[in-house]
Amino acid sequence: MPLGEPPVVSTTVQVTSAIDIPASPVVHSGRSWARAAKDIRDGVAARELWGHLGWQDIKQRYRRSVIGPLWITMSMGVTAAGLGLLYSQLFGIAVNTFLPYLTVGFIVWGFILGCLTEGSDAFISNEGLIKHLPAPLTVYALRTVWRQTLMMLHNMLVYAVVLALFFGSIAAGGYTLSPNGAPQPGLSWTMVLAIPAFVVLALNGAWVALLFGIISTRYRDIPQVINALTQLLFYATPIVWPVDVLTQKLGPGDWKHLIVELNPLYHFVQILRAPLIGSEQSWHHWVVVGVITVVGWSLAFLAMRNYRARVSYWV
Amino acid sequence: MVSIDVHNASVDFPIFDAKTRSLKKAVLGKVGGKIGTEARVPIIEALHDITLSLRDGDRVALVGHNGAGKSTLLRLLSGIYEPTRGTSEIKGKIAPVFDLAVGMDPEISGMENIFIRGLFLGMTRKQMQERVEDISHFTELGDYLHLPLRTYSTGMRVRLALGVVTSIDPEILLLDEGIGAVDAAFMAKARDRLVDLVRRSGMLVFASHSDELLFELCNTAIWMDEGRIKMHGDLREVLTAYKGRDPLEQMSPETLERLGETR
Repeated sequence: MPLGEPPVVSTTVQVTSAIDIPASPVVHSGRSWARAAKDIRDGVAARELWGHLGWQDIKQRYRRSVIGPLWITMSMGVTAAGLGLLYSQLFGIAVNTFLPYLTVGFIVWGFILGCLTEGSDAFISNEGLIKHLPAPLTVYALRTVWRQTLMMLHNMLVYAVVLALFFGSIAAGGYTLSPNGAPQPGLSWTMVLAIPAFVVLALNGAWVALLFGIISTRYRDIPQVINALTQLLFYATPIVWPVDVLTQKLGPGDWKHLIVELNPLYHFVQILRAPLIGSEQSWHHWVVVGVITVVGWSLAFLAMRNYRARVSYWV
Repeated sequence: MVSIDVHNASVDFPIFDAKTRSLKKAVLGKVGGKIGTEARVPIIEALHDITLSLRDGDRVALVGHNGAGKSTLLRLLSGIYEPTRGTSEIKGKIAPVFDLAVGMDPEISGMENIFIRGLFLGMTRKQMQERVEDISHFTELGDYLHLPLRTYSTGMRVRLALGVVTSIDPEILLLDEGIGAVDAAFMAKARDRLVDLVRRSGMLVFASHSDELLFELCNTAIWMDEGRIKMHGDLREVLTAYKGRDPLEQMSPETLERLGETR
């Protein structure tokens, strides 16, 4: 360390990334809000670290394969094309509007699913690192979310292709997602809403990874529970079927609409999907998502306060 | 100012077996009421009532039998484990070298591993870029640095880990046994570098079974036994008490001369 720099202070959770922060000494008194906040702050600040690790994860997965991470794109493309053709025939929907709907739904779902399943594994899968290198726990949560983000970016290539192919159909207002369904407004400037929507999604991914990660490290059944539920949630969320179908079958105001309305994932999918395919956007999705974000982060923060220091004992 | 202050610290590990580490047990356990001691998770007291105060310039040898708590103490000092009771206060930039396999990805090149290690130790990519040449020179790995780590021998991994850690000028260096896997020539080189590093910056805590290395690098010693500090004091005294004989007796005159010790 060069002369003249302030002395470096590190605490048990934080050794990295504080080279320039001359903080006051912290006595390890276990549970404290300040320590939890510090972990999160330092974790976010170490973005070179989690950025590198997340990218490494992707490269690792496709090491020695010829097209590498493009396999992410390929498999999404094949799934979306196949299911799009199949379901549009089953439901009797025009493929040129249904395929974009299904593709974007799949992409968003992929991100959410990744944050849930790999997020709950965030600390378990980093057991070795947690036990051998002192670093903020948040680094591992962000590594997971960043990895999912990179995968999503690969998948956005499929979206670009779909958009190029079917731009005419979804840009025009008044298209429907099912026969006699509600007319959709079509692509417009609202497309930029996809950016804040994604930011909110990633923000939620982070608390999910922290909270579920901590709980799962203690109770190893939780990842299994999540795996079991996501399968069901996938079919219960309007991804391969349009919401219109429900409205038509039940009529407006039927209580069974709660099937989708009470499904938090529906709202997350919708805030990002709607702007990307120019379908109708309802403000209540944003409200629900906002509430979940606040509640989720509060719980994650509480878990970080109480159990952050225990994670290295539990992994 | 680099310092470590540990006060009455204990480290207790909960031992979850497959059954207790599930929700079922926690939920049913509450509903069904207490079933004797069954509901409690067994605990291993890895460290017990540790009180320790280390200052700038302290070079501490950590000795003790297997399972005496040396590695756990090192992890407590690095901040990986926070004490379950008591307090610990650590000031300074820490660089731990524990398990050489961990934190190293066998599939990626040595060079990339250098970067990841460095990032974990609080460096930026740019800072690591500046050090790469130095590390490459010190480790003598040359073109091997561009090959995947899985092609490395144990000794080469030790070289890499030591190269990274010594290049970043840490203030608190924590070394666990295992760095003995390198050949004599490199050991001499590493020793010089470690001695130099320790002289420049702060503190070293070194767990090892090699008396020679300990004499080379340390001036005081802690004898760990069953999770407690059994003895803490001058290196030679502690080693004599621990081994039951003076460790210098066994060494060759050349070694003694190098160490600057006398019988």
